[in-house]
Amino acid sequence: MVTGLKKNKKKDKLTWVQFKQYIPLYLMLLPALIYLFINNYIPMTGIVVAFKKYSKKKGIYGSKWNGFENFEYLFKNDAGLIVRNTLLYNIVFIVLGMVVGVTLAILITDVLSKRLKKLYQSAIMLPFLISIVIVSYIVFAFLSVENGMFNNSILKPLGLSPVQWYAEPKYWPFILTFVNIWKGCGYGTLIYIAGIVGIDPSFYEAAKLDGATKWQQITKITIPSLVPALITMTMLSLGRIFASDFGLFYQVPQNSGALFSVTQTIDTYVYRALISSGGIGRSAAAGFFQSVVGFALVMGANALVRRISRDNAMF
Amino acid sequence: MIHSKANRRYQFIINTIMLLVTVIMIAPLVLLFMSSVSSEASLLNNGYSFWPEEFSLSAYQYILANGQTIFRAYGVTILVTIVGTSINLLLCSMAAYALSIRKLPFRNVISFFIFFTMLFNGGLVPSYLMWTSTFHIKNTIWALIIPNFLCGAMNIILIRTYFMTSIPEALYEAAKIDGASYLYIFRRIAVPMGVPIFVTVGLFSGLGYWNDWTNGLYYINDAKLYSIQTLLNKMIQDIQALQANATAASSGAAMQIPTVSVRMAIAFVALAPILAIYPFLQKYFAEGIAMGAVKG
Repeated sequence: MVTGLKKNKKKDKLTWVQFKQYIPLYLMLLPALIYLFINNYIPMTGIVVAFKKYSKKKGIYGSKWNGFENFEYLFKNDAGLIVRNTLLYNIVFIVLGMVVGVTLAILITDVLSKRLKKLYQSAIMLPFLISIVIVSYIVFAFLSVENGMFNNSILKPLGLSPVQWYAEPKYWPFILTFVNIWKGCGYGTLIYIAGIVGIDPSFYEAAKLDGATKWQQITKITIPSLVPALITMTMLSLGRIFASDFGLFYQVPQNSGALFSVTQTIDTYVYRALISSGGIGRSAAAGFFQSVVGFALVMGANALVRRISRDNAMF
Repeated sequence: MIHSKANRRYQFIINTIMLLVTVIMIAPLVLLFMSSVSSEASLLNNGYSFWPEEFSLSAYQYILANGQTIFRAYGVTILVTIVGTSINLLLCSMAAYALSIRKLPFRNVISFFIFFTMLFNGGLVPSYLMWTSTFHIKNTIWALIIPNFLCGAMNIILIRTYFMTSIPEALYEAAKIDGASYLYIFRRIAVPMGVPIFVTVGLFSGLGYWNDWTNGLYYINDAKLYSIQTLLNKMIQDIQALQANATAASSGAAMQIPTVSVRMAIAFVALAPILAIYPFLQKYFAEGIAMGAVKG
């Protein structure tokens, strides 16, 4: 940078003097840039490991290329299931998250008592802060076969036989969706509350004068006003539709093999393949696939948002 | 006012629904707590329940008496959270300050370098291989601090935006005319004015460290370096570990080990600090959540 500036003598003297004052600023940037270079950029180049037969001795860059072998294995065997699970769960989470978030936001903003309002807001945000490991303990308290609350306090008194929750895949799409919404709905609700608070109150006053019902006010004023926020939120989640919450799908089902058909997503697959012997190739291939498609989706989603409303685009 | 009766009914309905939602949000935590204060006998007979037949603090007594592993893990978590969050705030606020100076040459290039890390990542395999075989981070305390959590584009962007919107440029100009350097302005103006954003960002960075179990899963096998979340995670994988630990600690004393409730007690103890600070810092949590969605 500096030598480049020195080429043009006359101007440069001035520029160099000016430039000098910025050196402390560059030094302040340096630690963060070095960290991001190591933590983020080096692994980006390491993504080529997906096209290699990894050998520990030779390292990522020294290992032999093996073309698409890792991908062939992945797509012949596992890709269908993990992509299906990842996409379907994300679609359900996006739609339900939106419905629940908007509903709760409307209800909370309509509550008159300030104290209760605050209580509700605090309550719906609380699960957001809990580690997924602890969530998995709580889920276990409900679903444990021997000690679980469901089997002992609900099914037993009803005379029903206990359910082997951790061995029955059919329940898990519902359980995981419930846990996800329970843990995450506070986030969306908060965003939508901010959107509703920003609506010009005179709209509602005019509607009331015209005799609009509460329901009409919601469908004709509140929800249309939230559309920009809804589009942004949806686009953001669409950009991440190829990513899944590793903790939710790994911890909450307690890593139970019987449930893999409905709990295996791209992220759990990458981890499980990585720690299994000889699985590093397909793990890297799945990771590569996820990163590249994910990147394309983020860019696409952003381009769409830009076309709809420039202000809501990320960049 | 005209519809006051209808209004009252509407208030009653929405409050009923929201109270129900509140119960759904809180009840699982109540179950966790109640399970930790149930006697082992009532847990084995009736399972986990919201109101145990017989209360007992034996799980907590057990932790106090035999909990070396647990205390150690708690200590590791506290250490990692404090060190990690401090470094995170330092790195991010310095970088954010530099980028908030509009005249800084190459500002856009550097901003893009930082922002791009939010769009694309190499995934688990290359970073795992890098941290383990280039940096040999496995089974060191650094494994819990450095990968992924030390500094992130989002935090830099949040702090930078705060600096840019809340510190008027004229202030810099005035300080510069008085002969103050950028470093001086950082220490004397930017840092004091940035406190609210530091609290918010620090809170989420701290929460990230406190709740993280992934770095422990990837890089730690040594029980001495377990954080509390890693310990909880390993306990699911290997419930026997606790019993082995107990027999080693109190061999001979034929004491009944309340394993089931002890597990819940450890989980509750890991959660307790968050529950304790939440009411006081709720505003900052809410702000942080809301800002995460605002464009950076």
